[in-house]
Amino acid sequence: MTDSLTDKLQVLFPEIEPRTVLDCTVIDIDPQAVPQVMERLKTYPDLGFSLLLDITAIDYLTYPQKPAARFCVVYTLRNWERNWLLQVRTPVADPEHGVESVAHLWGSADWAEREVYDQYGIIFRNHPDLRRILNHWQFEGHPLRKDYDIFKGQICYEADSLEKEIRARLASKGIDESTMQDINTEMMFLNLGPSHPATHGAIRIFTALDGETIMANVNEIGYLHRGFEKTAENRTYNQIIPLTDRLNYCSALMNNIGYAKAIESWLGLEITERAMFMRVVLSEFFRVQDHLVCLAANLVDMGGLTNYWYLYNEKEASYDFISRLTGARLTSSFTRIGGMYRDFYEGWEDDMEQQLKAIEKGVNDSLKLVLQNRIVHDRTQGTCVLSPETALSYGYTGPNLRSTGVSFDIRKDNPYYNYESFDFCVPVGSHGDVYDRIMVRFEEIFESIKIIRQAMKMIPEGPVFVDDHRVALPPKDQVYNKIEGLANHFKLIFEGVKVPAGEWYDSYEAANGELGFHFVADGSGGPYKLKVRPPCFYAMGGFHEMIEGEMIADAVINLGSINIIGGELDR
Amino acid sequence: MALGIEAGLGDSVLTTKLDEIINWGRQYSLWPMVFGTACCAIEFMSAAASQHDISRFGAEVVRFSPRQADLMLVCGTISYKQAPILKRIYDQMPDPRWVVAMGACASSGGIYDNYCTVQGIDTVIPVDVFISGCPPRPEAVLDALMKIQEKIQTESVLVDRHKDFKGILD
Ligand code: SF4
Repeated sequence: MTDSLTDKLQVLFPEIEPRTVLDCTVIDIDPQAVPQVMERLKTYPDLGFSLLLDITAIDYLTYPQKPAARFCVVYTLRNWERNWLLQVRTPVADPEHGVESVAHLWGSADWAEREVYDQYGIIFRNHPDLRRILNHWQFEGHPLRKDYDIFKGQICYEADSLEKEIRARLASKGIDESTMQDINTEMMFLNLGPSHPATHGAIRIFTALDGETIMANVNEIGYLHRGFEKTAENRTYNQIIPLTDRLNYCSALMNNIGYAKAIESWLGLEITERAMFMRVVLSEFFRVQDHLVCLAANLVDMGGLTNYWYLYNEKEASYDFISRLTGARLTSSFTRIGGMYRDFYEGWEDDMEQQLKAIEKGVNDSLKLVLQNRIVHDRTQGTCVLSPETALSYGYTGPNLRSTGVSFDIRKDNPYYNYESFDFCVPVGSHGDVYDRIMVRFEEIFESIKIIRQAMKMIPEGPVFVDDHRVALPPKDQVYNKIEGLANHFKLIFEGVKVPAGEWYDSYEAANGELGFHFVADGSGGPYKLKVRPPCFYAMGGFHEMIEGEMIADAVINLGSINIIGGELDR
Repeated sequence: MALGIEAGLGDSVLTTKLDEIINWGRQYSLWPMVFGTACCAIEFMSAAASQHDISRFGAEVVRFSPRQADLMLVCGTISYKQAPILKRIYDQMPDPRWVVAMGACASSGGIYDNYCTVQGIDTVIPVDVFISGCPPRPEAVLDALMKIQEKIQTESVLVDRHKDFKGILD
């Protein structure tokens, strides 16, 4: 399939030479060509890259094979219908001059470019609102540049006011001082968050209200920016696994799996059959967990506390299984590059089956309260509607995108770990309202349970780790009794798994959508750069599109319905 | 057997020290303000849910308005961007107030020793109890609650708490 993309690209851009890295096509273009090429990629029906997944930059300051320009900006695009993944790279020698913004083509570029500006100081010309996003407004310098010291913290004394931004947003909707005088009213500005029960974490939703109706909204994030990417540059590959736990902490193990999978793809490492099945079982189990928490919290926001007990109690019960398996309740750190930390314990099937039954019961109990409930219907149906075009433009993926009727799911469209051999459906919504988002998650719980049951039947016996001492620790008797074993162990622990130099992107269907990892390796035991493509970040980036024109109370339930997890949002 | 004045008052009246009765009341009706930012907040949710049931200790009335709370539970990482907000919310709580730093991040920055993470919230606000763990188990939250209760027992209404604290934002 990628071949046809290469052909098409060659016809349209004869001067460009596409390369293929894993399942992604990569093209290099001049910075001047960015506006034109990007526009064609989006609008030509032959190409139709409707999803701009991510934008990031690379600082080659200390890279062994330094290219001419210090920085490089990388756009990751997807045509979900044809399963095309494309990366467009452009060198940036002078960050002050930067590149042209593509925010007028994709909504997702708005926040993505702000992040690159914040972290690398690269200017995007003609960006509508280029300012910091993750770091605070009093921050000086750009932390992901290689010459920024990782320990150099900067104190923030005051929160940003955002008044200028919301006025600009109001003006862009045609509401300015004179309209307010005409209708003889004044806008009220209201903050939800950063510390507010509805935000489930730290996000600031700033609204301009006319009565209870939201006229304009701007959001501020970054309160939980914990420097994942900078920290990762200073760790070995396996040391990063605990950090990935804390991205989407409601489904920690899924991040572990997505991360390990990305590195194994590059290494060309085929993990064992059993490990693959384990990953499928655990992925789906954690998808269920993630949806349980999301739905529980969302229904509490609506006033349905009973649902919380039905759903959250099942999650709590699942912790028994999870902690028996991984030793931890929340932060599992259960994968390693090349396999799993250890095998299932004896008798796990019974525990799992019991767990699944309990979850089914809890979810069905909760559905009894929801499905025929007039109050729930009135509050959720037709509220905060997201159209498929807007969703794609803002880079929505996962259940949020599927609720609008777009059936993109990497497990189906670009299957890994034998997902093609499982019998499951991809639930989609029809309206893209809050109700659809809730129901898609409820349905996905049942689909995931189906997959787990099938995988439990098919899972073969065997090792859970590859037998390859480039990545796997040698058995303990060799470490204690043989010098080669000892040296091997020592090197793997201290220097890390050696990953050949190169750059690649790999994606995985996490509970919230496409979780991608963009690596730059320099051949050492730790990444030169690691960028996460967080599904939440882009969901939040389009939040204002959903709530403007709605009531303030709807903003609260809408936030719950798109499942924003701070760790992944701000990294 | 009652002695002195109590003997004269009979069964219907109890005499005690002011500190004792006030502390008794405070101990068992702590109203927590959950400053949940990250993964630790999920474990707090577990502590509040049925299985661990924080209401057994009289602290289930979770308030999200700092003005109605006297126990601040900081669950999760605090970044420099977040710090002024943490301080502002702490300042909004009426005296007397107690603070629990839940988890490695709130206590010391945890695994995040870098440019954006505050290395322990005790550099911003005074802390009474630290909970170790990443994340701590719900039992540990309950343990911290009991530690706070013990601490309250030893306090006096005549003494102001943490008067001379000075953090990085003061
Ligand atoms: S201590 Fe650990 S679990 Fe708690 S917020 Fe920090 S990283 Fe998350």
